[in-house]
Amino acid sequence: MAECHPVGFQWVMEAKARGATVIHVDPRYTRTSALCDIHVPIRVGSDIAFLGGIINYVIEHEAYFRDYVVAFTNGPSIVTEEYRDTEDLDGVFSGLDPERRRYDPHSWQCEGVPVTAAPGQGEQETDTPTGQRAAADRTVTPAAADGTVTPAAADCDETLEHPRCVFQIVKRHFARYTPEMVEQVCGVPRELFLAVCRAMAENSGRERTTAIAYAVGWTQHSVGVQYIRTAAILQLLLGNIGRPGGGILALRGHASIQGSTDIPTLYNLLPGYLPMPQAQRDQDLEAFVAAASAEKGIWGDARSFVVSLLKAWWGSHATEENAYCFDYLPRLTGGHSTYETVMTQLDGECKGYFLVGENPAVGSANAKMQRLGMANLDWLVVRDFSLIESATWWKDGPEIETGEMRTEDIATEVFFFPAAAHTEKNGSFTNTQRMLQWHHAAVEPAGDARSDLWFYYHLGRIIREKLSGSTDEMDRPLLDLQWEYPTEGPAGEPSAEAVLAEINGWDAEGRPLVSFKNLRDDGSTACGCWIYCGVHADGVNQAARRKPGSEQSWVAPEWGWAWPANRRILYNRASADRQGRPWSERKAYVWWDEQEAKWVGHDIADFDPSRPPWHRPPADAKGAEALAGDDAFIMQADGKGWLYVPTGLADGPLPAHYEPQDSPFPNLLYPHQQRNPVREVFPRRHNRYHPDPDTDGSEVFPYMLTTYRLTEHHTAGGMSRWLPYLSELQPEMFCEISPELAEERGLEHNGWATIVTARGAIEARVMVTDRVPPIVVQGRVLHQIGLPYHWGPNGYTRGDAANELAHISLDPNSHIPEVKAMTGDIRPGRRPRGPALNALLEDYVRRAGITPDTGTEVRSGA
Amino acid sequence: MGIGEWPVLRQVTGTDTTGRGRAVKSRRTDGLRSRIADADQVVKSVCPYCAVGCGQNVYVRNGRVVQIEGDPDSPISRGRLCPKGSASLQLTTGEARRFEVLHRRPHAADWEVLDLGTAMDVLADRVIETRRRYWQWEHGGKRVRRTMGIASLGGATLDNEENYLMKKLYTALGAIQIENQARI
Repeated sequence: MAECHPVGFQWVMEAKARGATVIHVDPRYTRTSALCDIHVPIRVGSDIAFLGGIINYVIEHEAYFRDYVVAFTNGPSIVTEEYRDTEDLDGVFSGLDPERRRYDPHSWQCEGVPVTAAPGQGEQETDTPTGQRAAADRTVTPAAADGTVTPAAADCDETLEHPRCVFQIVKRHFARYTPEMVEQVCGVPRELFLAVCRAMAENSGRERTTAIAYAVGWTQHSVGVQYIRTAAILQLLLGNIGRPGGGILALRGHASIQGSTDIPTLYNLLPGYLPMPQAQRDQDLEAFVAAASAEKGIWGDARSFVVSLLKAWWGSHATEENAYCFDYLPRLTGGHSTYETVMTQLDGECKGYFLVGENPAVGSANAKMQRLGMANLDWLVVRDFSLIESATWWKDGPEIETGEMRTEDIATEVFFFPAAAHTEKNGSFTNTQRMLQWHHAAVEPAGDARSDLWFYYHLGRIIREKLSGSTDEMDRPLLDLQWEYPTEGPAGEPSAEAVLAEINGWDAEGRPLVSFKNLRDDGSTACGCWIYCGVHADGVNQAARRKPGSEQSWVAPEWGWAWPANRRILYNRASADRQGRPWSERKAYVWWDEQEAKWVGHDIADFDPSRPPWHRPPADAKGAEALAGDDAFIMQADGKGWLYVPTGLADGPLPAHYEPQDSPFPNLLYPHQQRNPVREVFPRRHNRYHPDPDTDGSEVFPYMLTTYRLTEHHTAGGMSRWLPYLSELQPEMFCEISPELAEERGLEHNGWATIVTARGAIEARVMVTDRVPPIVVQGRVLHQIGLPYHWGPNGYTRGDAANELAHISLDPNSHIPEVKAMTGDIRPGRRPRGPALNALLEDYVRRAGITPDTGTEVRSGA
Repeated sequence: MGIGEWPVLRQVTGTDTTGRGRAVKSRRTDGLRSRIADADQVVKSVCPYCAVGCGQNVYVRNGRVVQIEGDPDSPISRGRLCPKGSASLQLTTGEARRFEVLHRRPHAADWEVLDLGTAMDVLADRVIETRRRYWQWEHGGKRVRRTMGIASLGGATLDNEENYLMKKLYTALGAIQIENQARI
């Protein structure tokens, strides 16, 4: 965090100054390690084993926050008799279909409470008939005045004793994650591990809270979503969600990567985490709404969100008679993620490509396949500040050097459009805390540089003009689109605030909406993104609020605007107990005020402000109205935080440690299941995987590789390698290795090394350092090699891209590649030039005995 | 330099007896002004790098950005910026930025400069043509109403309003392969 989010790290140091214990778990020693209390070097790719070990410790030592678990989690829920755990099935869950490489999740449901995943949380194909989804009502008897709670209904067990209750399943599932196992799998000595366990357990409960912060490298694993799930289980058990000083904090790496997820430039989502329609399921609005809704919770109002979005996009053309133009939405058939798109480019099915502040020729996994895909396009648009590698690969890319491609053979037409900077345009970023902050244009962009708002507005305007008069049905969504925005200034810049006003939405009279609670499903409201509703309340740009932090409370609610409804901590109802009293005075955040008969506190309650803690909804209540006074997790279909995920995940209701796609070690926890059985693999010529551990050829790639950022550079370098200051601060690509590895392979500090995988070979300066210590895993010394991934061949500071080494093997939930844990080889000297580079790769592939099938199995040799 | 300007003389005769202030200041140093002193406008902004969202003050003089500093009012950053944020003046005003549209024809060896208006017009034609050529009404017997010919990658460095127009336009075009850094 001190490296990649240094200014955010000041708050960690503030906490430390107030007595907090700072624990840093990272294979490399960084500026964060230098300032922490406990640094834990860990084997890359083993975090589920590590966190699972803490879960086991917390349960074994009864250190979980029992009252919180009973009140706010699904720990008491009873799981169906059909469910089989990894404990029963030798490392996989029930429902695995090896032929289709997917799970059928039906057996994972809880009894009496079949629930749907929140939209956007899961996209697995489901055959569940709509009628099977029922309200998930715990029917908990109101608490007595003395705070005791009477036993609940048959479908949950608040004693947490029922053998099929979630808590007991979790307990059994993690029982094998012992300190000894953690030591063997993660390479973390038992005493060090137990110190972390004790620190977390002692610092959680009524009086204290513990936060887990992760950088999104956690997502870059074939089990990435389950990494975060493991953290969620731990934090729910310890009562650290929805409370001040708690949480699981994703430290995201781009100024508005949160915003671009909320208002998604993502294939599977519509604004506000509504799903994109799927062809198999969502042929009409009613079916779509049924799939997107939950009987209970905020998603119960999904129809209002959808209809209001369609009204924002197609205005008066969207009527009740035509189902609000629902048919204008294109439908998905399976996955269409950026990596799957590269495959369609290689296959000649995708011919036009926009790159908008992205540099996949350097920044995406398997950079070679990115370039080969682009070489197969009809046209490519690159919008950026400078001539990044993704703009120039056709004349000076690595494949030109090796002779694999010749410029004159490449038919791709390339457009480079210079982009405007943040100082040259109005607009909002959403930071990693869900907070929208407005930046104001200071100057006009020079020359032909333009904002992306300008580019897309005018591109749409020109396309609509060219198609005007068309009677072709395929053009109706374009011609009926609401695309009138006021423009201003010499360049005809569209008004960003007018766009924000549309995102916020308005009522039938055109008045700005105040809250998503105002949204209606009858076409009387329009709203471009329901979770952002309120950001333009009263016609005021709430994201531009800048009351100085020194002049307001520590929560600083008048700086910017956080979705939803300017709430700064999500699920903060859980900061008070079932009866609405703060768990402790020290950790009071929001609470029920008897006199005022409403939720009050330091933040806006993430709850109906007037719903008392003892409220029990009528049996026929739906949506938000069906939430009880202690259903703190208002987005969940049962109102509870999920220790166990009955639906919505592709790879199991609980996390299980699987080894990375490429790993030098067998899976000690599940000896008969090496890898995530439903990870997404792409056995293509340029995407070969490494052999299984302890099989012939595996010794060719004996080391683990991981990639990371440096303070002085930014992702694929487009915003840093062209800056003299930053280039001087970090002038060259390098690899970090231990003195022991340097000795073993004859590598010299400041000399050159070549790092090799079956996908690519890159060169880097050698940095011999104690910062990446060798660790002992399964009785063997393991060397880990650290690789910053910022470099590419262009800019002021140049070097090979680490992503040349990465394969494409994706997490089945998020479709994110596993670039944080790979295997490879390292050798002294610079890499070969020209055709000799590929000859080197071919030699490695041959020696390792790699075939197209290598590493693609579903079930290991059970 | 006259004898009266000797620092040591000023130190022993003036009030700065420890020689750590005015006594040892040269005429040049005395004449230096802060880069932001002459700014005629301070514009509130947000750092464009990571997702912490540090506040920035953008100082403008004569229609040009002359300095970018941390905003002390921000409860997030309290005036601080990291090396990247501190370099954002160079990001926005540095010499590496391009201001012309460039066009590479199929099979060509190099770029040509293209007029912005022409480029937009040509690109609109490309989009219309590719959309039409790769249009699908049905896939696997189900209505899909889409084009698989067009993809897009990017958004995490952009504004919410920009992402919104992108998703809106692409969806109306029937393009579904719309992605950003969140998946990388």
